[in-house]
Amino acid sequence: MEEARDSNRTILRAEGLVVQRAGRTVLDIPALEVSRGEVLAIIGPNGAGKSTLLLTLALLLSPTEGRLWFDGLPIDRRVDRVALRRRMAVVFQEPLLLDLSVYENVALGLQLRGVPASERRRRTWYWLERLGIAELAQRPARDLSGGEAQRTSLARAFALSPEILFLDEPFAGLDAPTRVEVIDHVGAVIRDTGITTVFVTHDRDEALALGDRIGVLIGGRLLQLDRPEVVFGTPANPEVAAFVGIETVVPGHVIAYRDGVASVQVAQRVIEAVAEMHPGRAVWVCLRPEDVTLLSENTAGESSARNRLTGHVVRVRPAGTQVRVTVDCGFPVVALITQTSAQKLSLIPGQSVVVSFKASAVHLIGR
Amino acid sequence: MDLIVEGLSRAIVLLFTGDAELWRVIWLSLLVSGTATLLSLLLGIPAGTFLALTDFPGRRIIVSLVNTGMGLPPIVVGLFVTILLWRSGPLGFLRLLYTPAAMVIAQCVIATPIVTGLTLAAMQALNPRLRLQILALGATRFQMLWLLMREARLPLLAAVMAGFGGAISEVGASIMVGGNIQGQTRVLTTATVMETSRGNFAMAIALSLVLLVLMLCVNAFLTSIQQRKRPL
Repeated sequence: MEEARDSNRTILRAEGLVVQRAGRTVLDIPALEVSRGEVLAIIGPNGAGKSTLLLTLALLLSPTEGRLWFDGLPIDRRVDRVALRRRMAVVFQEPLLLDLSVYENVALGLQLRGVPASERRRRTWYWLERLGIAELAQRPARDLSGGEAQRTSLARAFALSPEILFLDEPFAGLDAPTRVEVIDHVGAVIRDTGITTVFVTHDRDEALALGDRIGVLIGGRLLQLDRPEVVFGTPANPEVAAFVGIETVVPGHVIAYRDGVASVQVAQRVIEAVAEMHPGRAVWVCLRPEDVTLLSENTAGESSARNRLTGHVVRVRPAGTQVRVTVDCGFPVVALITQTSAQKLSLIPGQSVVVSFKASAVHLIGR
Repeated sequence: MDLIVEGLSRAIVLLFTGDAELWRVIWLSLLVSGTATLLSLLLGIPAGTFLALTDFPGRRIIVSLVNTGMGLPPIVVGLFVTILLWRSGPLGFLRLLYTPAAMVIAQCVIATPIVTGLTLAAMQALNPRLRLQILALGATRFQMLWLLMREARLPLLAAVMAGFGGAISEVGASIMVGGNIQGQTRVLTTATVMETSRGNFAMAIALSLVLLVLMLCVNAFLTSIQQRKRPL
């Protein structure tokens, strides 16, 4: 009974998935489950194996080892892959349209399935309109802009009413304003339809915008898979930490623990962190750059921040509207501050500053 | 100069007075080369597609053989087909030597590598991810191949034109396996060779003109399909 309910909730399951290419393991996933209705975002750097994972789950690539179940059905050699693929849809980074009109492209999957003409027409027009490309219906696909082509590709996928949708970096090829617009659009469609989605991207913001759960794939391994706030707030290891935007990751030792606050020795300094870690424990100290405040030495008065370290500026680099400052406190700490603050402090390399951050901003990972 | 002018005028007279022998030669040329091209398409398009879409040990060797085959000297083909069909040869019992069928075989051997090689190039020029996308759309293997060929239709039609061109313009093999027998295996190219060797330039020019016009017509037809703007 328990198992039946479980398999009903899980639409896709993988076990011991290994993909090798030219003798090298490019993907190694001991276990992965996708629940019905969830949006699972897989993030990772280029070459991490994201597309390989997606193609494997979409039954477009046979793994070297491992087993897959779709809707409780084991995927083996006897299974009719075409029939199963017809319950799925995939959108790639490139729109990959055929040399047909926009309308014909959107209708293509339905046509391949032999959906009757009237039904095909209804669904094609619905999705052309839903994705805002109805007025382009008769236009040859090769004359479309990048954004229009990707909308066509998305409409083609949604028109199939798939039980599971795979998105392989579908927004990566779009210019910034179009990208935001298309992500919003797709997000709304996914929420409205409740369609199960597996989405791979190298972009953290895209993953945060769409994902119910986020998996971090680095070097072919799923290093962490959890709710977004867990992955981004308490990364499981230094690699994940670095990938989710934590720029200060340094090794240290817990030397004291009292009232929920651990004191950690890093180089010759002591940092306080809100964490239940007992003395003697080797840890990684993780700190987001936006949680670090810089003060000039003479203005450093009282503050609620438990950590205050003096150091000297090593590097000052502009980062969009902000400035990224690296300070050497015996170990490097990266701070992200506004340009105004940077000007007020007149930061230059070699200058002494005070680095300040709350004990609650520090995340400790056991080593 | 007179030779050319006289040749041209006689050629036009021959063509428009409906010289029975000339029309028989034209018809046989079309029949033999058309059949050979058709067979080479039936063999070459699937072979080229297979080579383009699959990977197996020895594939590169086969591809380089196909590429070499695209420039196969007709004389060599003629020689081997003759030996094969020779009365005491392995296929001698078929009694095909000096028949149009033998010419079809020889021209097919010449055209097939051309069609295969150009199909291979056409299919390989497609984005490799397109195949995955088509499969992901729920296509069967057959539907996928059909859509890929449709995408590659322009270079595929070029393959058809090159195959037909290779077949109909070939002469060495046709003479060797067909024998240029009047009323039986005489085609435009073999007849041109014969008339030229006899110093019968007017007839030779007439035959060459017909050959050119024929190729022009066939290629104009195929080009019109290739370059047709699709109705929206």
